[in-house]
Parts: sequence; structure tokens; C-alpha cells
Amino acid sequence: MHGDYSVFLDRMSGFLGGYYLVLALMNAVAAFYLWESGKAKTIFRLGRFPVTTALLWLIVSGVFIVIAPIALGGGAGLLRLPRAVEEGVNRFMDPTVYTLGSLVILAILFVFRRFFVQPTVAWIMLNLSLLVMGLSMTNPSFADIVTKPDNVPIVAMVYLLSFFTWLSAYRAVQNDDRARRGEPPLEALENEKVLVWPDLVYIELICMVALTAVMIVWAVALQAPLEEPASSVKTPNPSKAPWYFLGLQEMLVYYDPWMAGVVLPSLVVFGLMAIPYLDFNKQGNGYYTIEQRKFAYVTFQFGFLVLWVTLIVMGTFLRGPNWNFFGPYEIWDTHKVEALNNIDLSEYFWIYMLGMGRPRAPEGAGELTKLGYILLREAPGILLVLFYLVAVPPILAATVMRKFFVRMGFIRFMVLANLLLFMAMLPIKMLFRWTVNLKYFIAIPEYFLNF
Amino acid sequence: MPSLNDTIRNSQIWKSVFRHPMPVDRRNRVVVMLTNFFLHLHPVSIKKQGIALSYTWCMGGVTFFLFLIETVTGVLLMFYYRPTLEWAYNDILALRDVTSMGVLRELHRWGAHAMVITVWLHMYRVFLTGSYKPPREFNWVIGVILLLLTLLLSFTGYLLPWDQLAIWAITVGSNMARATPFLGHEGPGAQLLTVGGIDMITNASDARFGLLGARFVGEETLNRFYVLHCIAIPLGVSLLLAIHFWRVRKDGGISGPL
Ligand code: HEM
Repeated sequence: MHGDYSVFLDRMSGFLGGYYLVLALMNAVAAFYLWESGKAKTIFRLGRFPVTTALLWLIVSGVFIVIAPIALGGGAGLLRLPRAVEEGVNRFMDPTVYTLGSLVILAILFVFRRFFVQPTVAWIMLNLSLLVMGLSMTNPSFADIVTKPDNVPIVAMVYLLSFFTWLSAYRAVQNDDRARRGEPPLEALENEKVLVWPDLVYIELICMVALTAVMIVWAVALQAPLEEPASSVKTPNPSKAPWYFLGLQEMLVYYDPWMAGVVLPSLVVFGLMAIPYLDFNKQGNGYYTIEQRKFAYVTFQFGFLVLWVTLIVMGTFLRGPNWNFFGPYEIWDTHKVEALNNIDLSEYFWIYMLGMGRPRAPEGAGELTKLGYILLREAPGILLVLFYLVAVPPILAATVMRKFFVRMGFIRFMVLANLLLFMAMLPIKMLFRWTVNLKYFIAIPEYFLNF
Repeated sequence: MPSLNDTIRNSQIWKSVFRHPMPVDRRNRVVVMLTNFFLHLHPVSIKKQGIALSYTWCMGGVTFFLFLIETVTGVLLMFYYRPTLEWAYNDILALRDVTSMGVLRELHRWGAHAMVITVWLHMYRVFLTGSYKPPREFNWVIGVILLLLTLLLSFTGYLLPWDQLAIWAITVGSNMARATPFLGHEGPGAQLLTVGGIDMITNASDARFGLLGARFVGEETLNRFYVLHCIAIPLGVSLLLAIHFWRVRKDGGISGPL
């Protein structure tokens, strides 16, 4: 085992050496840019000598330059996270912690966005995340899953999404400040017209050349995966859908395929198409803003970042054999067993609350009688779901969403309310699963109708 | 003596192709946009803000360019690949080990992943700038269909290498279809669709069967996905892209503050 590990470290050392060099270069460029453009800010003064952000990044760059050759040397010299930390993270992480943790982090970023969008802060966070990434790459389990060829794009996506989320929030915060001072958004400052040739045509050309270069480097550096020939008798474990559908596969933990694989995805598509017809807010058209369209912003980000992207990341990196959850530094052990004793709502109601058996049709009863008994058995869940879908929208219309109802009219409001309720179904079921092991609100396996 | 450059530019052939002189002055920079088929997608002039990278991130453009890369590399890959159980896997293997242009496969696969990511980012940008608001509602709807088609393109292509990764990913993905309400044989309500005691929806007639062309992922599926992947979906995407770009212009160009 130990021999394997040092072989692994030697294999990683070349990559990590280059990786830290790139980080050093990145910080050096940032330092140079700030110094040269005069945009460096003074953080504090040492005597009369100003310590600026440019100096800070230069120092960071120097640190990475020192780390790089150590990493290149490989073996025991490689910097890595302490074992205890890795094991602690593994033990601590589970779907609950991961999902709620992502939600809490995003919420903090959102509430304190004014602080986090500052370029200096954002750059520090980028550096830290890249450093943790580098340290983690010395863990074989982590490296294994992150460097799987088909997973590399997902790592890239996480960084791209973070960057663009930062960029848009940065501009939105500036615009919101300007709006408060009664100034037009930044976008309005550049409304003189320019000729498409050469201004736009050249941008497009440069984009095309740069993209071609990136694609060629990527294609040469990373070989496309090709596993053993297809065999319909050897089921791999885990069997995963293509990565962009892993959020849906993750939903299968909580809902049956007809919901997770058919109804909810269809509603996602329908809901996306409906956005322009439901969002009656005329502000925020054609410029970045958060304050002027907070409801739309928060709802979309919740759907996209929390329910779509973080679930994909979990499905890709943290779900192993038998779709069990594994910490980021945990070995994917096929024999890991997780106790699954989830309980239906009807069991809770009839057995635990009323202390009696669940109603069951007498032997030899006709189809209709059987159906009647099934409906009786599942009555608590059916009533609950009916209440949720039928009673909650009017309640919303009368209370917290009154303004929406007045502005939108009956039909549009009902569509919006139902879409929101369906969107909330996943987190609601998650919460019930995590807290009381709820399996189904309505369980009618006789008709494949489990909900 | 006129320079070679001038000779070429003044030749009848050159002038028959490019109907305008070099776009070096203002007049000809306008003319070039109006007379060149590929450029006429664009307006002649545009607000500075509409071409700012910090505004559009050029993500729609990058997505479109990735689509072009996929088209070119895809056509070339079709020269090497036969969608049959006998050949599919071996042809891909040969692309890796034998064919000198095998890197095409890498370009095509990574381009596909990249396109999925950039189309999400493009949608993200359009949302964050509120560019779906009137008058651009319908173009957003077209965009959502494009997003769906992009995912389906990627999904159908995933099967073609015919390795373990491929068939099991497609098996997992398409298993959902058998739970479609009413139309899947394990979906709620399917039992209700019986005529004279005979089930209409069985594992040989349900939505999943329609998708796979068989009861499990097999040669029929490979053929079906190949045709969808190489012909049907790209045609659909091309048509919608034409409408999408046309609408960007008709809806008043790239959005901006009013
Ligand atoms: C194959 C996929 C797609 C391609 C190639 C594409 C291409 C483009 C391009 C080149 C533009 C010009 C502005 C820009 O680059 O941002 C654009 C604008 C636009 N796209 Fe897409 N798009 C695609 C998918 C989508 C999707 C998924 C959506 C939304 C759900 C969408 C909605 C829009 C809208 C509303 C505009 C107008 C934006 C504005 O005026 O600011 N598109 N698209």
C-alpha cells in the first residue's frame, strides 16, 4: 500500500509542480497589472512604506515559486493536508452537510456580497481554493475522481461559474450603488455607436482563435475515455448518467423515476420557458442588477446554483458505488453499506400515531374495494399533497405574495405559484428524509404511484 | 507595376466573390457588412456596450463557435465510424491507436462538454442582465429549446463509442422513460390503458421502447441515436439558431439599458 502511495505521489509531482508555477505566474501577472495600471490599493503602512495589493500578490507569487520545486521534487516533500483534516472532512460530510453547507455558503456570499465582490477579497478566495485543490490532489481518492477525463470539464465549470457569478455580482453591486445615487447603470455610459467592422468582427475573430487554441491544447493533453467494450451483463458500479444529468439522478434518492426523471425535468424546461411571461418587473432589463429584481435573482440562483449545479457536483464527485455518499478523500468502497430504513407517511400515521395496522382490503375483494382501501390507507398523504397544491397558492396570494397576485392576475399567479411549489418539493422531501427518514408521502406501489 | 496584392484584388475572380473594396474606410466598412452573406447577420453599427466582453461574455458566440467545431469534427469522424455492434467500438479504438487524425475524437468530445457548459453560462448571462424581458421573451423560449437540444445532442453522442461508459450511462438515463406517467410501462396510470383486458403499454410499446427501438440498449438504439445525433438534432439546432440570431436583430439588437 505504502509503495503504491509513493508511486502515486511521484506521478502527481510533475503535475503539481507545473500547477504551482502557474499559480505563481497568475499572481505575478496580477501584481504587475495592479502596479503598472496604478490600481494597487494600500492595505496598511509599514512605517512610511505602503504595503499595497500589488506587493501582496508578489509575495503570494513568491510563496508559490518556493512551493513549486518542492512539489516537483515529489515524495515526502509534497505539501498536503494533514491526514486528520482529510479524515475529519470525510467523517463530517454527508448529503445533509454538503447540501445545507452549500446553501449556507451561497447565502452568506449573497447577503455580504458587497464585501465579497471586492476584487481583493475575490482574488484571495480564488487563491485559497486553488491552494486547497493543489493540496487535495496529493490524496489518491481525490485525485482519482477529479482527474477522470470526463470529470475535468466539471472542475472547469465550477471555476467558470464562480468567476462569472463574481463578475455579474461585481457589476450588479456597482450598478445598485449608482442607482441609489440616481445615476444610470454602467451599461448606459457606453451607448455611442461603433462600426461592427472592425470593432465586433475582430473581437469575434480573436475569440475564435483563442477558443481554437484552448480546444487543441485540451484535446492533445487529455485523452478521451474509452472503457471496455459494451456488455449488457456486466453492470458497472456505480452506473452514472452523463454528468449534466447527475442532478436528476441525485433526485432519484428522494423521488421515484416518474417524478425525478420525467415530471420534474419537464417542469424545469417549462418553467424556464415561462420566466419571461411571469416576471412582470420592468426594471433590470439590459444591465446587471440585484436590488431591482431581488425575487427573480434569488429564485433563479436557488434553482440553478443550489438545485442544479451543486447536485451535479455531488453526483459526480461524492456519489460512489451503489450511489452511496463518499467524502472527497474517501476510498470508494463497494461494500460500504448504509442503513436504509425509510418509512412511509402512511406507516407513521396508522402504525405509529394511531397504533393500528394500515387498512388492508379483505381477502378476495373486488378491484374497486381494493382501490378504496388504498385511498384510505394513503389518505393522510393525499390530503397533505392536495393541501399543498390547492390550498397553499391562495394562501400565498392572500398573504406574502399579495402584490404578485394583484399585479399578475389569476392565471399567471397560479402558474407561478405552482412552479415555485414544485421547485420546493425537492428541498422539502430532502428535509423530511434527513430528519424523520420519510420515504413517501403517498405510497401506492400497486399503481407505480409513489410520491 | 501594381503589387501582387493589387493584381489579385482587381482581378475579375476576386471581384466576383467580394463585391466591395477593402473595408479600410468608413463607407466600405458599412458596405462589407451589407454585401457579405456571413457578415450580414450583424448590424452595421452597434452600441459599444453591446460588444463589451464584461456584458455578454461573448458566451453566445462561443457556444455557436463550439457548435461549428462540433459540426466539422463530427463530419470527419463520420468518415471513420460505423454505427454497428460489430464496428462501433473498434472504430473508436482505431481512432485512438491507429488513425493519425485520432485527436479529432478528443476535439469532438471535449467540444461537446464545453458546449454544454457555455450554453449554461450564456443562459446565465441572459438571465442576469434581464435580457429575456420584453421584447425578447420569445427568443428566450427559443434559447431554452436550444439548450434542450444541446443536451440531447450530447446525450445521443455519448452512446456512440459503445463502451461500458456509453451503454450504461444511456441505460441509466433512458430508464427514466419507462416511468413516464401513462406512457411508460412502469409509470403511474399505465395500467389504466387497457383495451379489452390487453395492456396497451408494455415494455415493447412504451416511451422507452420508442426511444431505444428495443427493450434494452442494443443495436437498434445505436442506429437510432446515430441518426438523431448526426442528422435530426443538428438540423433542428441549425434551424433554431437561424431564428435565434435573426430574432436578436429583430428584437432591437443586443439588450441594453433603455
Ligand atoms: C446553442 C445554443 C445557443 C447559441 C449558439 C446562442 C447564441 C447566441 C448569440 C451569439 C447571441 C448574441 C449575444 C451573445 O453572444 O450573448 C445570443 C443572444 C441571446 N440568446 Fe442565445 N444562444 C444559444 C442558447 C440560448 C439559450 C439557452 C438561451 C436562454 C435560455 C438564449 C437566449 C438568448 C437571448 C434572450 C439573447 C438576446 C440577448 C440580448 O439581447 O442581450 N440563447 N444567443
